[in-house]
Amino acid sequence: MKYVDEFRDAAVIKKAAEEIRRLADPSRHYRFMEVCGGHTHAIYRFGLKDLLPENIELIHGPGCPVCVLPMGRIDDGLSMARDANVIFTAFGDMMRVPGREGSPLEHKARGADVRIVYSPADALKLAQKNSDRHVMFFAIGFETTAPSTALTLIRAKNLGVRNFSVFCNHVTIIPAIRAILDSPDMRIDAFIGPGHVSTVIGCRPYEWIARNENKPIAVSGFEPVDILQSIVMLLRQLQAGEAKVENQYKRVVPWDGNMAALKAMAEVFELRPYFEWRGMGFISQSALGIKAAYAEWDAEMRFEVPGVRVTDPKAAQCGEVLKGALKPVQCKLFGKECTPEHPIGALMVSSEGSCAAYYNYEHRKRPLTTIDTTVSVPA
Amino acid sequence: MSTATPKIRFRDAQIEMAHGAGGKASRRLVEGLFAPLLVSASDEPLGDAALVSVNGSQIAITADSFVVKPLRFPGGSIGELAVNGTVNDLAVAGAVAQNLVVTFVLEAGLPTEVLEAEVRAMALAAQRAGVSIAGGDTKVVEHGKADRMYITTAGVGRPIPGLSISARNVRPGDKVLLSGPIGDHGITILLARGELDLEADIRSDTRPVLPFVQALAERAGAGVRWMRDPTRGGVATCLNELARDCDLCVTVFEERVPVHDGVRGACELLGLDPLHIANEGQFIAVIAPEFADAALAAIRSVPGGEDARMIGEVRAQPQATVLGTTDYGGTRVIDMLVGDPLPRIC
Amino acid sequence: MCLAIPAKVVEVPEDEDSRALVEVVGVRRHIDTALLRDDPPSVGDWVLVHVGFAMSKISEEQAKDQLRMLAMMGEDTAALEEAQGYGTVETSFVGPSPPDWMKTNGGPLQ
Repeated sequence: MKYVDEFRDAAVIKKAAEEIRRLADPSRHYRFMEVCGGHTHAIYRFGLKDLLPENIELIHGPGCPVCVLPMGRIDDGLSMARDANVIFTAFGDMMRVPGREGSPLEHKARGADVRIVYSPADALKLAQKNSDRHVMFFAIGFETTAPSTALTLIRAKNLGVRNFSVFCNHVTIIPAIRAILDSPDMRIDAFIGPGHVSTVIGCRPYEWIARNENKPIAVSGFEPVDILQSIVMLLRQLQAGEAKVENQYKRVVPWDGNMAALKAMAEVFELRPYFEWRGMGFISQSALGIKAAYAEWDAEMRFEVPGVRVTDPKAAQCGEVLKGALKPVQCKLFGKECTPEHPIGALMVSSEGSCAAYYNYEHRKRPLTTIDTTVSVPA
Repeated sequence: MSTATPKIRFRDAQIEMAHGAGGKASRRLVEGLFAPLLVSASDEPLGDAALVSVNGSQIAITADSFVVKPLRFPGGSIGELAVNGTVNDLAVAGAVAQNLVVTFVLEAGLPTEVLEAEVRAMALAAQRAGVSIAGGDTKVVEHGKADRMYITTAGVGRPIPGLSISARNVRPGDKVLLSGPIGDHGITILLARGELDLEADIRSDTRPVLPFVQALAERAGAGVRWMRDPTRGGVATCLNELARDCDLCVTVFEERVPVHDGVRGACELLGLDPLHIANEGQFIAVIAPEFADAALAAIRSVPGGEDARMIGEVRAQPQATVLGTTDYGGTRVIDMLVGDPLPRIC
Repeated sequence: MCLAIPAKVVEVPEDEDSRALVEVVGVRRHIDTALLRDDPPSVGDWVLVHVGFAMSKISEEQAKDQLRMLAMMGEDTAALEEAQGYGTVETSFVGPSPPDWMKTNGGPLQ
């Protein structure tokens, strides 16, 4: 696969790993946060932690749009699914996330019409094909995905498709990073920046991190080579005593972002005054809501949503894990009451959630000091 | 040899799709509900087929149900799956399928020509696989049930002499052999449903694997420790079952696993891992290292076996784990999924 | 967030606005290109696809540049030492053999 294989090339990966070892100052302990859940997933999926020296610690950030959704919002969405006339659509990522009365798939097993879509455009098409039903699209995602939802709403309005609505749960990344930096118990030396969000917002929105907080940030792609090269960039900056925004993902990320995408978002969305982030409390101006001009396609206007705040079980430490204050394995419920089979929080369900990533890819891996294939196991 | 696996009691309040997906939920159902109540206690881990004794002779017996939407897809149809699936379960248990019985559950309103097409497909598949269909049963249910048709086949077979298949035979140092590219069937079905608007030149890999198993038995039979066909749940599920049953580490060399381009592309686009996708014409064999070359050559010598590869090996640690390793030294645990693999966007 | 895949544009229907057919190792899908309307992609361009929408055009030049930089990682120190020894400074492409599409010696660039 072009533009993928080259960035998964073993020889290049090894080279980047060597460079990291060369650059890392053995007297320092580095704490780098990868903001985006997609990076968390990639790091585990490709086993990149195995390639890093002991003194580079990767802290998982809150950039998992499924993980940060409070259970109450999931319940709100599912309340719409209970209407027999509604076709509840969402990305596959949402399907196993538990609400108080079960996940979307569990609702489906009980008779609700729940369907996975790959694109919001597919949800709109479904509405066009089923004029006697109402199609509700449960929208999630950061700024990467919001423009696609925006374009779909614009299209729905232009085509006059009335049996379609969006339950908007888009969140924005900058307030999340700000919350991390404002958190007294967090010490982060540098950031691995979210590459795909940046195709929309560009690199400028991160300038305050470098300028005001004096932290380097490298906007990174998602292949092993990208992530390792970003770490090289961060180490070089720290070594030189610099703090700036660097674009590692130049082949795809424009410094100024995507104007058409930003315009589409501005037409359809407005910032909610505040929004609750699971485990992080209410953050102001951190989420998108649908503008009045598109109220007819706003599921929160079309349906009565319970709007109940659901607090996580006291023992669940989703918030701290989300912020990177705790490693998944340090949560008291990890691997016991909370596993992918019976998840308590979304971090254990979402493919990007650090708990799921850790559980699925890392958990039973013990340090392999010697691999002895000559040991015979007694019968 | 293997540490006792804790008894899993089935506590779910209702049955979900995940319980049929071949992953962790399926395992919980089988081990927690069916096995304790139905299967007489035995030390032998549950396999694809059972060896039973009838009048002093050992025969292998198995059954499988086929539920697929759509019924016809590039590379095959439900009828073919129904025959090949059971032939393959017997083959990987080390037996040559001899007779099948078939039951149909048909939805009222099913056009006869659809049924006829499937029955013809079954007859052809049976001929190709060298099995005879000894009889069967039919039920018809109301319109709206049975998704047009469900087919169950049960089969009996003669154990192949010289083969002793059991997870207990597996040792560190054994090699893991895969018969060919993975993911073709599952992705074909996914695309054939038409919900994802993806087109690719992929076909189901449904075929009998018996000829490969026979070649293997002939040229490397003494070295064959264990076999399984990676159907629902894919290679990952199969290898996890193995790792758990033999309490060793199954290591997969990720770059060695063969995947067709179209399957790879679809998986990358949808965020799926080919290791979790169903196959209907492949099998995995664990071979003693001194027989590994002969085993690979045996499978490759049979038409259709050219893409067979040695994809991994068994190690002592970490126990009961499947580990993926790469040429650049990165490792990850390859786990079973809870239920069906779901496309993702994050 | 953010499963996005590089895909090649193989068809741009004339009659439809903001749509393209893309291909990734033989898998084809129709996608929406409205986010790139300021610089619409043509057949042969590569785009980054996320949830059925093209997010960005992929710059071949930047990709090559990046790979070149990676190849030279660690080499700059070695090159400098060598230069100091021999009085010349040379850089050359070392590392894994470049993929076909990077070769600009007249070979077809995909």
